[in-house]
Amino acid sequence: MSGAWLLVIAAVVLLAVFGLYLSMTAGRIDHLHRRIDTTQLALDSHLLRRSAVSTELATSLLLDPASSLLLAEAAHQARTSVDADAQERTQAESALTATLGAVLTPEDVDEVLDSPEGPLMLAELAAACRRVQLSRTFLNDAVRACRQLRSQRIAAAFRLAGHTPWPQSWEMDDTVPEGLISRDIPRMGTSNERPASWDAGPDE
Amino acid sequence: MRVGLVCPYAWDVPGGVRSHVADLAVALQAHGHDVSVLAPVEDAETLPPWVVDGGRPIAVRYNGSIARLSIGVSATRKVRGWIRSGDFDVLHVHEPVAPSLSLLALWAARGPIVATWHSSHDRSRILSAGYAVAQTAMEKVRGRIAVSEEARRTLVTHVGGDAVLIPNGVRVSAFASRERLPGVDPARPALLFLGRVDEPRKGLAVLLASLPTIVEAVPDVQVLIAGPGSADDSLAELPEEVRARITVLGRISDEDKVRALRSVDVYVAPHTGGESFGIVLVEALAAQAAVVASDLPAFRRVLDDGACGMLFPNQDEQGLADQVVLALGDAGLRARMVAAGDARVRIFDWDRVVDDVIAVYDSVRLPEEKVTEDLRGQIVGRLSRSGRGGGG
Repeated sequence: MSGAWLLVIAAVVLLAVFGLYLSMTAGRIDHLHRRIDTTQLALDSHLLRRSAVSTELATSLLLDPASSLLLAEAAHQARTSVDADAQERTQAESALTATLGAVLTPEDVDEVLDSPEGPLMLAELAAACRRVQLSRTFLNDAVRACRQLRSQRIAAAFRLAGHTPWPQSWEMDDTVPEGLISRDIPRMGTSNERPASWDAGPDE
Repeated sequence: MRVGLVCPYAWDVPGGVRSHVADLAVALQAHGHDVSVLAPVEDAETLPPWVVDGGRPIAVRYNGSIARLSIGVSATRKVRGWIRSGDFDVLHVHEPVAPSLSLLALWAARGPIVATWHSSHDRSRILSAGYAVAQTAMEKVRGRIAVSEEARRTLVTHVGGDAVLIPNGVRVSAFASRERLPGVDPARPALLFLGRVDEPRKGLAVLLASLPTIVEAVPDVQVLIAGPGSADDSLAELPEEVRARITVLGRISDEDKVRALRSVDVYVAPHTGGESFGIVLVEALAAQAAVVASDLPAFRRVLDDGACGMLFPNQDEQGLADQVVLALGDAGLRARMVAAGDARVRIFDWDRVVDDVIAVYDSVRLPEEKVTEDLRGQIVGRLSRSGRGGGG
């Protein structure tokens, strides 16, 4: 009799522990999905910024007419693909990357830097390109972590992710144009003045 | 932006991570950001106003040495209080796997979180039972930074995923000394080698092999060799007239390193590999030395493809000798390289490196988003919160 009771108690405890494990894993999956959503939103905003500045650069007459036309076209494709499916979007964004690389060689960048409004525009473009690169890395990192957890046997068997679709990584060419790396582009949104504490160092 | 930085190791003890955090905090403030640093503190008297006392550190054996960490209930409480009152836009923890304030902060916070991995850890530690516990906290990190290729490799191979590489900045102003090293004859042309003399990748052998040619062309040259290790064997193989021109300084202090760079005409970097950033060259340019270096990719990059220093084919002693003789014979060329280097070095300054860190903050964060306290896993916190009707 008491043996049967012990068995029942053991089973209940085991079930409780298992339930707790399931709930914690479901929580982790949920949190990873939210991380994916946030990084995707950040990536979207930087992509949008990049195409906006590209359009601005294309219409500024700072580049030669042929380059301007190509860039305007690529930036427009990228902007209008926002509502398309992921594959079409990444293709349009990769095409914008390729066009930026083609029209912003170091020589072209030198030319643009010589104009009064050029430096600021290139600074904004360089900042946007870099942020696209970073947020894409972080998005794919979150996707990988989420897939890994979701593909664990128990998580998959108990459908801990609910009906959330299988997370997709964001595959695109996000190379920063050569000219924006090798040339000394001024910076934006930062003050060049250093506080007195800089040279003294924080600890000496 | 309001940035909360967490340093896991004691603020009072000098160390790589600690000075990285201090330099980063100062650079972020120079860019107009609000910074609060949470660190274990031994002596709260001497703290800068932007450092918050995270509790007294205790000495624990960790990662192969004695580390001074803060752990326990009181540290946890301090971390939670700091996060609640901090109102941070970004939380940036350093060395997230260190069992100290960093891990506690990851545990206690949610929102835009960035982590920087500094040292490489071995596989056994990362896959240990302790790491499984930390996994949930680690999953909250939205953006991961590695300061070196080694740190990044550890992360990618053992933990999985990816990280962006942002190397340490160099405090350029710290290398702007005007003093010379006593014992260097200012009237004679001088060469300098820096680095472990018995580490083949530092390339002393290439320099030594080139010396006979250099001495033949510039008979009054003096050669300074500074760095730990013993080079007696390789020196003994040199002809007497070459050996007579060499001064071995042994291990020297950082101050003397700057003085030595100041005192010579040419700094030679014959490294044959293993340099992923070429920080040595950045320091040499910051100290305004004329540089002759092997054409490793990192060196090529630092020297802007030869615009602010001379390059020779890696491991080619004849090429090294030719470039050194050319540089020693032409003061105008050296002055031009130093001037170009002076401008170049600014992009490696903390002042610039911090731009990349800010770009990372921007890439993980939505406008208006804040770091908040994470009450999951905190039964007491949850109860107290629900008791107050979900308010906070």
